[in-house]
Amino acid sequence: MSDYKGVLVLAEVAQGKLAPIALELLGAGHGLAQQLGEQCSAALLGNGVTALAQEAIAYGADRVYVVDDPLLQDYQSDLYLAAMDKIITEASPQIVLLGQTSIGRDLAPRLAFRRQTGLSMDCVELSIDPETRLLLQTRPVYGGNARATFVSESRPQMATVRAKAMTPLERDASRQGEVVAVAAGLSPSMIRAKVVHRVKEEVEGIKLEDAQVIVGGGRGVGGPEAFKQLEELARILGGAVGASRPPCDSNWVPASLQIGLTGKVVTPELYIAIGISGASQHMAGCSGARNIVAINKNPEANIFNEASYGVVGDFRQVLPAFIAKVRELVGK
Amino acid sequence: MIVCVKQVPDPEAPPASFQVDAASGRMVIAPSVNPVISPFDEQAVEAALRLKDAHGGKITVLSLGKDAVPHVIKKPLAMGADELILLQDDALEGGDSWSTAFALAHAIKKIGQYDLIFCGRQAADWDAGQVGSGIAELLGVPSVTLARKVEVSDGKAVVERVVPDGYEVVEVSLPALITVSNELGEPRYPTLRGIMATKKIEPIVWTAADLGVEASQCGVAGRRTRLLKLFKPVKEGRCQLIQADSPAEAGEKLALKLREAKLL
Repeated sequence: MSDYKGVLVLAEVAQGKLAPIALELLGAGHGLAQQLGEQCSAALLGNGVTALAQEAIAYGADRVYVVDDPLLQDYQSDLYLAAMDKIITEASPQIVLLGQTSIGRDLAPRLAFRRQTGLSMDCVELSIDPETRLLLQTRPVYGGNARATFVSESRPQMATVRAKAMTPLERDASRQGEVVAVAAGLSPSMIRAKVVHRVKEEVEGIKLEDAQVIVGGGRGVGGPEAFKQLEELARILGGAVGASRPPCDSNWVPASLQIGLTGKVVTPELYIAIGISGASQHMAGCSGARNIVAINKNPEANIFNEASYGVVGDFRQVLPAFIAKVRELVGK
Repeated sequence: MIVCVKQVPDPEAPPASFQVDAASGRMVIAPSVNPVISPFDEQAVEAALRLKDAHGGKITVLSLGKDAVPHVIKKPLAMGADELILLQDDALEGGDSWSTAFALAHAIKKIGQYDLIFCGRQAADWDAGQVGSGIAELLGVPSVTLARKVEVSDGKAVVERVVPDGYEVVEVSLPALITVSNELGEPRYPTLRGIMATKKIEPIVWTAADLGVEASQCGVAGRRTRLLKLFKPVKEGRCQLIQADSPAEAGEKLALKLREAKLL
């Protein structure tokens, strides 16, 4: 196993820039590599992305493997798989990290099985065991009701990492690194599952992932009408509306508003949870909120174990007075 | 069509039902928690049933685990699936995603012919989210993950794949494997007739030997990852509850409190 050295992270590109998850993985990968006394490399895949290699170096990569190919303009499962497989063969890393993103969720398991190696998905903590020098991979299990730490018994040790679980390094343009162009031998005939088009279902206003204030509604709000009140509150606070899974599954709100294990991971300063019981599946998506405020009529609801402030009561009676007072206080 | 399902403790049970025994480092599930088919897997069954409704065909349900409770694991049959194969063998137990996918892929090879394999996006117990893609890789077939809609025409499947800001339309040649996400919608309820019909269907049981796999390749022995530690995340439990004479007053006080804390 000593043939495997260093850390390799997939640096995802979004809108022509390194995606936030890429910077987070570079920060994490850089730290792990330092503990091992080895190098941190980045894999950069896309069309016209070579220029971003210096950016990856500025954020912590010692070496950047680039597959720059018009076929990689957008994510295509089979091509990304082939390109990453090739880079792993060339880099022979002992640790490979991907983001727990739309791409990582799809690519990581296939890549791990192709390399016949183990994988932990959705890790929230990574560290090196000082004695064994193995990667300790900690992730939520049982819908967030417990956490488990795994080690790999094969190489490379692979993990996907939850958004916002890791901290990027400060950008340092003076950092030096090496850029390696990799010929991955991609061809259109390799595409078996082909993305033929993409449909945006963006809701108007601030994106959930970027919002500093989120007003979330759950099963307890009873129906789609209540979300109008939630939207009003969000608008006054300059925030966004989100939801737990039941309102999405019942089509009260679009699925894109879902926060949780199977939805979005958000980290606002303030999360106002209304009629949300606080099931672990939901908390998995919002436990990174700086402050949680809960309005729920069930005093036993788990959300009160997570919240800093709470009101036990029917939101129908609590919310109008709350909104009126908030409006008065913020002057809108 | 083949659908892989897993029996899990009901994930909708209250969080307090899921405890960790510190000494053994194992999950302890309260006895009041019923076993169910993992919800995403039920949606995988539903995806296959919708295709059967539209085009006909046979649905084989495949499940690994010797603790399967008959009335639970037969639910996909009551919903409308045709056949149930259970992989039950001590040698297949205690595995990780790798060994599970390995056993299921060998069972699928033994079944032989198929157009589509469906799996849930992740199991509601260990949330690993890799068995579906792993099976596809081991079988050498293409895969599409996180499907919210699946249609078939001209020898290919057209799949809507959920992405954060909408969806992608993916065309995939058959045979293929598809993992199904909750956006597919509610699975159907079993009908009374379905439940009655199920009584006559006996599950087919296969062992590791039936799959032609060595004990050294599957279950505990076939793992690629090892669980070191299991623990409950620490909760601070510091919620300040607002006391007031009326709900409206509580609402106002809450706003004032948030202002005081500089959160507004």
